[in-house]
Amino acid sequence: MANRAATLDAPARTSRRSVSAGKIGSAITFYVIGIILTMFFIGPFVWTLISSLKSPTEIITFPPTFWPAELRFQNYARAWTIVPFVNFYINSLTVAVLAVTGQVISATLVAYGFSRFQFPFRNALFMLVIATLIVPWEVTIIPSFLLYKFLGWLDTLKPLIVPWWFGGSPLYIFLLRQFIMTIPRDLDEAAEMDGANSFRILWQILVPLITPAITTVAIFSFLQHWNEFIQPLIYLNTPEHFTVSLGLRLFQTAPADPGEPKDHLLMAAAVIASIPCILLFFAAQRFFVRGIVMTGIKG
Amino acid sequence: MSTSSATLAAQPARRGSSTLARRKALEGYLYISPFLIGFLIFTAYPLFASLYLSFTNYNIISPPVWAGLENYQRAFTGDDLFWSSLARTGKYALYIVPLGIACSLGAAMLLNQGYRGTAIFRTFFFLPSITPIIASVLIWLWLLQPSIGVVNYLLSLIGIPGPPWIQSTTWSVPSLVMIGIWNTAGGSRMIVFLAGLQGVPQELYEASHIDGASPWQRFINVTVPMISPTIFFNLIVSVIGALSVFSVAYIGTQGGPAYATYFYVYHLYVSAFQYSLMGYAAALAWIFLLIVLTLTVVQFRLQDRWVFYAGDDRKDGGDHGQ
Repeated sequence: MANRAATLDAPARTSRRSVSAGKIGSAITFYVIGIILTMFFIGPFVWTLISSLKSPTEIITFPPTFWPAELRFQNYARAWTIVPFVNFYINSLTVAVLAVTGQVISATLVAYGFSRFQFPFRNALFMLVIATLIVPWEVTIIPSFLLYKFLGWLDTLKPLIVPWWFGGSPLYIFLLRQFIMTIPRDLDEAAEMDGANSFRILWQILVPLITPAITTVAIFSFLQHWNEFIQPLIYLNTPEHFTVSLGLRLFQTAPADPGEPKDHLLMAAAVIASIPCILLFFAAQRFFVRGIVMTGIKG
Repeated sequence: MSTSSATLAAQPARRGSSTLARRKALEGYLYISPFLIGFLIFTAYPLFASLYLSFTNYNIISPPVWAGLENYQRAFTGDDLFWSSLARTGKYALYIVPLGIACSLGAAMLLNQGYRGTAIFRTFFFLPSITPIIASVLIWLWLLQPSIGVVNYLLSLIGIPGPPWIQSTTWSVPSLVMIGIWNTAGGSRMIVFLAGLQGVPQELYEASHIDGASPWQRFINVTVPMISPTIFFNLIVSVIGALSVFSVAYIGTQGGPAYATYFYVYHLYVSAFQYSLMGYAAALAWIFLLIVLTLTVVQFRLQDRWVFYAGDDRKDGGDHGQ
């Protein structure tokens, strides 16, 4: 499986290409379609970046100008302060860091339990893990909301963090379990002979070996929590507790100040909200492809 | 998977000590206990609590009152928005599922050609899928702005009068489909297809080439059968995703104009969190669960007809591992 993921980075066909009209033709087709698709996928980002630097009058001119007459980086400073983005960032980071930590730790423990121990109903319980994958959030949201209300957790970050400390998520348990199962048991057994307890085996032998899988899980988990929209929408009420996604929504729906149009600021705010994801993506690209291949296909 | 559980089962016997086996079993339960506790509190309890609530009238302020099948009756016979939002969601799914799968597969096939620049293209295609949904929708609202938006400007350059997009009852659903495609086509669905395509043995293409098959015939007779397990996987995931459509409509159109994008989950959300009809919303949620389960089971039943599993040796060699 790891090999499979690695080959994704390499061209599928490495055979030398003889220079013939047909080959050149298909290369041209490749680049033309590739560039058209790139314009579809990346064009909106580029246009957003450009729009975010325009002046409030230039942004609403028609036909639109391409390059801003004046690059107004101060739009970002204004967008950052017009709603308390600092607060939103702190809240989102709190949620993301704590939820990711909980998800990684608990998914690792559970995956370890399922892959290295024999106990009654093990396979049935593992099927239960998989079955929870197909329970749509819509079905559990109302009692969960009522539960958090009862616990006094509404309008706090707790509903966005605490549940992830209990088992993480079925997908990540599955992924880590698959990964642990590829590691020979000889290592565990040798350590056991030397008197290591099961937690030490996990911590000192397995965790270092499954670090790539754990990193993948952590990255996916971070994006999941950073981008989450519906749960904060349902559980949070006051802007001081809002996450970045909800803060951006607040910005979108806040009545426009008559003196200050906000289209250009909204674009700047959209960029501000997306930056952590995009940076993480570029920093950790190889983990994405590998992670999806590991989780995604299983005949 | 099966082999490893077999060796696992043999293990305690080999040690021959039942107290050790029992201790190990206890440790196993201890390690999976976070899942067990979490499952009981955050999945099983809410699942059955919502089933119970669906048979009650509950407005949060006063305790739930047993109402029998009233909520279900109301959904099926007394609520126009139930059927219309369900039909609208079905229509949305009928657009976005085939289109989304076709786009992801097309992009994956392009990337599978192995030309220089593939990695850069893949990065570009993937980027929208990691963008927060709220940012994605705001970006597209701006692009699709009817009078000053850049999309309608570009259309005007080639002489097409642009439609009013999300402000029109006819164009709002297609607009959301387009946003949905942008948001998902180059993401994990494409990567799963790419992995599937790279598992297709090159010899098959060469053989069909020698037989004089056209590219289209090769696609239909070699590619599609060989990657049908990944198509099946993506189909299941995409159908569930499409039926759950909510955020894009909530942020982009607020269900409008004139209920044109008021989808099923939107109706559930409004019933629960704007009208506090918790019992009714719970019934909507359970109906939704049954619809999703039925569709998934039907797809699993139908897979024998078209999903082709090549021998495990070729397809998934690495997974089964030890």
